[in-house]
Amino acid sequence: MSRNVKSGLIWAFVGIMLAVMYIPIIILIIYSFTGAKALGVWSGFSFELYADLFTNESIIEAFKNSIVLAFVSSLLATILGTTAAVGIFYMRKWKKTSANFIANITMENAEIVTGVTFMMFFLVLRMPYGWVTLIIAHTMITTPYVILSVTPKLSQLNPNLYEAGLDLGASPIKSMFTVIVPQLIPGMLSGFVMAFALSFDDFIVSKFVNGSVETIPVYLYNALAKRGVDPTLRALSSIMFVAVLAVLIALNVVSARRKKVVVK
Amino acid sequence: MATVTREKFDNIIEIKNVTKVFDGITAVDNVNLAVRRGEFVTLLGPSGCGKTTLLRMIAGFEMPTSGTILLEKQDVTTVPPHLRPINTVFQKYALFPHLNVFKNIAFGLKLKKIPTGEVDKKGRPVYRKFTKDEIAEKVERVLKLVNLEAYGYRDITGLSGGQQQRVAIARAIVCEPKVLLLDEPLGALDLKMRKEMQSELAAMHRNIGITFIYVTHDQEEALTMSDKVVVMTDGAVQQYGTPKKIYDEPANAFVADFIGESNILSGIMKEDFLVEFCGVQFKCLDKGFARDEKVDLVVRPEDIAISAKKGALGGEVVSTVFKGTYYEMEIVAGDYQFTVQNTTEYGVGSKVWLTIEPDGIHIMKKLKTVNSFVGEVLSENTVEICGGEFEFENTDGFERGDEVRVLVPFDKVELTDDEDDGVIGANVTQTLYKGSYYQVQVYTDDDQDFLVDTVDEWDIGDRVGIKINPKDLTVTRKAKTDNAETDNASQLDNMPEGEEESDE
Repeated sequence: MSRNVKSGLIWAFVGIMLAVMYIPIIILIIYSFTGAKALGVWSGFSFELYADLFTNESIIEAFKNSIVLAFVSSLLATILGTTAAVGIFYMRKWKKTSANFIANITMENAEIVTGVTFMMFFLVLRMPYGWVTLIIAHTMITTPYVILSVTPKLSQLNPNLYEAGLDLGASPIKSMFTVIVPQLIPGMLSGFVMAFALSFDDFIVSKFVNGSVETIPVYLYNALAKRGVDPTLRALSSIMFVAVLAVLIALNVVSARRKKVVVK
Repeated sequence: MATVTREKFDNIIEIKNVTKVFDGITAVDNVNLAVRRGEFVTLLGPSGCGKTTLLRMIAGFEMPTSGTILLEKQDVTTVPPHLRPINTVFQKYALFPHLNVFKNIAFGLKLKKIPTGEVDKKGRPVYRKFTKDEIAEKVERVLKLVNLEAYGYRDITGLSGGQQQRVAIARAIVCEPKVLLLDEPLGALDLKMRKEMQSELAAMHRNIGITFIYVTHDQEEALTMSDKVVVMTDGAVQQYGTPKKIYDEPANAFVADFIGESNILSGIMKEDFLVEFCGVQFKCLDKGFARDEKVDLVVRPEDIAISAKKGALGGEVVSTVFKGTYYEMEIVAGDYQFTVQNTTEYGVGSKVWLTIEPDGIHIMKKLKTVNSFVGEVLSENTVEICGGEFEFENTDGFERGDEVRVLVPFDKVELTDDEDDGVIGANVTQTLYKGSYYQVQVYTDDDQDFLVDTVDEWDIGDRVGIKINPKDLTVTRKAKTDNAETDNASQLDNMPEGEEESDE
């Protein structure tokens, strides 16, 4: 009896939590399928906003920019993060601790501080804000996440694996790529996806260094600031939400499957 | 390959004065070793004795701090591992989990370059890689050799420990190395599997004719499989010889204790072929010692005869255990507790007589008879040795800064439980029961060792303090030619043993 009450309470609590978190998003998604200008007014089901969205050239441009930026920066972050993870893993004692600490700073730092820092850094270097500064900044803020997802794979490795490669005639570089890297691919992949998602929806750092390049979050902000609440933004937000959700679900399914294989 | 000149001593590997120091700790200490082509040589010793480090230097994963390693008379000391024609079977297999069995084994073959026999315009030999068919044929052949014919396309993760072990061996021997190194390859297997693999490995060695260098801490494994055994401790070779020689004629008390069951005693050589221990004189087969020289001696439990009526040494049975084909009895006689194996049981409390035939007694030179250190006088009554300030009785008028030799008898060193109660701290590295007392070896933090005779039992790894009564320190001026340190010399003596008796 009391057990039933307890579990009932737990479910009620979880239900309320989820409702508070997701109802606004669900409302937004529902109202993205109507053409009314003001939020909360239902003027009949239509794909009008989506149609507007896909014909609005600056949105399409911003979307393309976001994708390209996320892809390039997370590719660089994956390469950088994996090499860093390998390097840090084979360090000893205090060097390892301090390298780990330094690598995590951008992750723990307030994003606004990171953004301002990058802005001033590029200013001092007299680098014009734009693609290059965006890619550098995004690579830097996402690299720690790659390190974080590759390191556990390294500690699971057989300590003699790299040496086994050398022993069988592979040069150090060849042994690294043919023996160690294949073991790290799952970690690199999840690091890449994480970096992609982080870069795709980053606003604060992007806003400081974007110059004339607009990414989706920056476009959203600028549109709101200039023209007030544009109804097409409802469709845009819905798409972004669904896209991120899809990536997360895919990531979870893949890692669950991999675990099953290992257990077997 | 066709013109291999077979010399009298066809040494495939020669290790010369190799030392390896890690962060100030000497892992391998001036080792000399020669391995003959085609032999099965085992490096045997307790964990931390330097055997794995030595193996890793032969493989090329570690570089010696000093000394040279020769492979077929060529210096390979600094050759990186991927360029050495040597392959390794690792302790935990280290198979590539992303490749199946076939691809694991083919890994080395795909990288291998073989001479075509032709030369290019500049006269350099032309190399080629193995073709797909050649690789497939070689892999199939070794899979058959390790009894895994049908397993080529299996995943590594689905294999049992024993099967993974076979793949690891196949992967190493398919490259036809000049030397195969095996680092405790059977350590992770259960007892039954281990026995099976032992005989398979020995058979494999006979069939393929590759030189094996095998590392283990299991003395039984070493004795049953090898042509030669290298017993190591503290980074140094204690003895190198055939299993039989090492069992029958251990070079020192450590080897005797480590190999098989043994009674190790201290004795005195009265004259050639006559030794005294437990207050009784016994005939023996050893000679060449000084008169009344203190020696260590070993008597195997199966070499002691028991009789209820007469014998050389009277004693009393204190315990008896049935071991399947014989009884193992503990018998106290003349202050010493002997372990004796016999097919007839004598009950606890029985008075018995023990007899030992001359060939059952093996005499060993004592490695050291006294602790000896070089030190420096610090003040009127203190001297520095092993990084600590010890008080001494200054009767010879030594002055500050004098270099001196300090001698301390084994039984005058006091070990304390609490490191802070001693002048310096040390770690217990060896302990030998010598019947009525323990002989304990401790290492100080600056890598010097003390031998201590004590009635207390200490465990290996214990942290202890060292204290010495000022009157027990004998301090003498350091002689110009100080020959007290003969440790290295005695190692070299052990080296060529086993070369004399040629076993085909």
